[in-house]
Amino acid sequence: MIKTKINHGERLVRSSLVLASIISIATTIGILFSILFQAVEFFQLKSFWYFVSGAEWTPGQQDSRFGALPIFAGTFMITAIALMVAIPVGVGSAIYMSEYASRFRRGLLKPILEILAGIPTVVYGFFAALTIAPAIVNIFETMGIDAAYNSALACGIVMGIMIIPVIASLSDDVLRAVPNSQRSASLALGMTHSETIRHVVVPSAMPGIISASLLGLSKAIGETMIVVMAAGLRPNLTWNPLEDMTTVTVRIVDSLVGDHAFDSPDTLSAFALGLVLFVFTLILNMLSLSQIRKFKLRYKVNTL
Amino acid sequence: MNPNPFYDPSLKYRHRSANLFKWFTRGSILFTLAFLLFFLFDMARTAYPALWQTYVKVDVSYNDKSARMTARAVSKKYRKIVSRAWLRTIPKQLEEYPELLGTTVKQWVLADDQVDQYLKEHHHNLKQKTISVVEELKIRNEIELQWNAVFFFRGDSKIPEYAGILSALVGSVLTLLVTMFIAFPVGVMTAVYLEEFSRDNWLTRLIEVNINNLAAIPSILFGLLGLAVFINLFGLPRSSPLVGGLTLALMTLPIIIVSSRAALRSVPDSIRQAGYGLGLTRVQIVQGHVLPIAFPGILTGSIIGLAHAMGETAPLIIIGMIAFIPDSPTTITDAATVLPAQIFTWAGMPERAYVEKTAAGIMVILLILFCLNAVAIYLRKKYEIKW
Repeated sequence: MIKTKINHGERLVRSSLVLASIISIATTIGILFSILFQAVEFFQLKSFWYFVSGAEWTPGQQDSRFGALPIFAGTFMITAIALMVAIPVGVGSAIYMSEYASRFRRGLLKPILEILAGIPTVVYGFFAALTIAPAIVNIFETMGIDAAYNSALACGIVMGIMIIPVIASLSDDVLRAVPNSQRSASLALGMTHSETIRHVVVPSAMPGIISASLLGLSKAIGETMIVVMAAGLRPNLTWNPLEDMTTVTVRIVDSLVGDHAFDSPDTLSAFALGLVLFVFTLILNMLSLSQIRKFKLRYKVNTL
Repeated sequence: MNPNPFYDPSLKYRHRSANLFKWFTRGSILFTLAFLLFFLFDMARTAYPALWQTYVKVDVSYNDKSARMTARAVSKKYRKIVSRAWLRTIPKQLEEYPELLGTTVKQWVLADDQVDQYLKEHHHNLKQKTISVVEELKIRNEIELQWNAVFFFRGDSKIPEYAGILSALVGSVLTLLVTMFIAFPVGVMTAVYLEEFSRDNWLTRLIEVNINNLAAIPSILFGLLGLAVFINLFGLPRSSPLVGGLTLALMTLPIIIVSSRAALRSVPDSIRQAGYGLGLTRVQIVQGHVLPIAFPGILTGSIIGLAHAMGETAPLIIIGMIAFIPDSPTTITDAATVLPAQIFTWAGMPERAYVEKTAAGIMVILLILFCLNAVAIYLRKKYEIKW
């Protein structure tokens, strides 16, 4: 009698645990479908082909056109600037922490990076708009070049700083997971410390560093608050990083906070852009995971 | 010819490049540190003036006329100096203290934001006439900067000198309560299932891949989910802490699951074996032994998840939590705003007086996040068990 009672309880607990686990799957499916349905509705109203290749984005008009090319270009430009800041600084910091720093300094630096990682993005956005953007305008003014107050450069730099901790902390973990025998072998052959790092440790950790950079890239693409506060609203197809540009996330926010009807193409365009964002970040994340898996298999580490 | 047979002429360059490389890595960490310092300094400097607000000492006459047209309560000379928002409270004051009617009281009252900015030597657009009145008050010591209690004990306002963060703070607390109420049990249960109960089958693998992906999905897409499912499909009230909390809960879930799994994994297998040896069932072992040992680790991870949710803005903007909320919400279905959203709203205001308020709001949120992280680190250090 007692035995069956326990079994009932066990089964109940077990099934409730499974149920809880399924919530995470339900969330992903929920996100995918909530975006997909509205996006399909959007593409029934507006041409899909023009969406991916058109250069005019004019919502809120009688004959509105939705060509997202300038939006993608702006996103690309701002993320590229961000990565140009974040990859060298992030990887450099990681190398310093894992290879050069003493145990004490490392213990000090790690929490500082965590503080940087914990700063809300809305704060970065305010900082970009209040301090960095005017500084950039002033610097370029002394050189006689006009820069916009909501330039892609200002956003990109601040966004780069935001993803430094992402890249640095994962790269640091990976660099430390490279077996010490490799370092010893290289030093024994007469390589200098920095040659060992550059030619032995970093190439070994490369999959991990690539994985960290891809993660940073996906964070930068999906970042919203910095660009909403410091980037432009105007879709602008240009190569000049000193002009204002807009990004996918800015357009999503802009089209959803306005007073449009929910089934108007203006609102639905947000979901079409959201779908692009979803697919893109999913692919980047898959790539990032496969790279880190490669590293784990090669050196048989389980701690990452 | 160098007598040393091991002499390598390239060694000099190799050492130089080694040094350069070391300085590059050192430079990048210094850049990060310098940025953090500069950023904190800049924010604190911008936020500091918001701690003080200008008050003026003027005669306020309480009578029937001033109850109807509140600007009449002070003499014409000071009308541009006294805060409009404060004058609007006169009828309420009379309601509370009827004995004030018919009297004239000389008291410290809140000053207009432009006067405040003038006194703080920021940009202002006061007319010369008003400036001379302010200077006159200054000589008589009847205008001064006082502790800005309004900022901490009032809700949002369209009038800068009367705007505070209380309603946003209350909104944040309500939202995070909902978040934790959902995310903590579900996250811990998922972690327990994956670590203690699951076999390696397709469902387990699907859940694992899925959690990894969920952690990488941009937060704004969770906002789209909240809008499409919670608001449009379920019909929950827009801009309410309920919807915001649910949305943030789904976003925090992966963080809690990952850290709880790590905590559960660090419990040695000997504990479980000992439990089996005593004839306990799996549920009893997990409930009575594994979970209590792993609990500090789980708590630490959840606090970090909570801190993460606290600073999140983008999904909440999508579900409308940037509404103008002057009064604190009392239930989770009232319209509310949260601290980061309030910062976002203030950052977009045209008046110069909001800049310092935004920075002050930022300092408040950074302080809260810092405390949460400190608690998490303290718990981790205190209950860390070395097996």
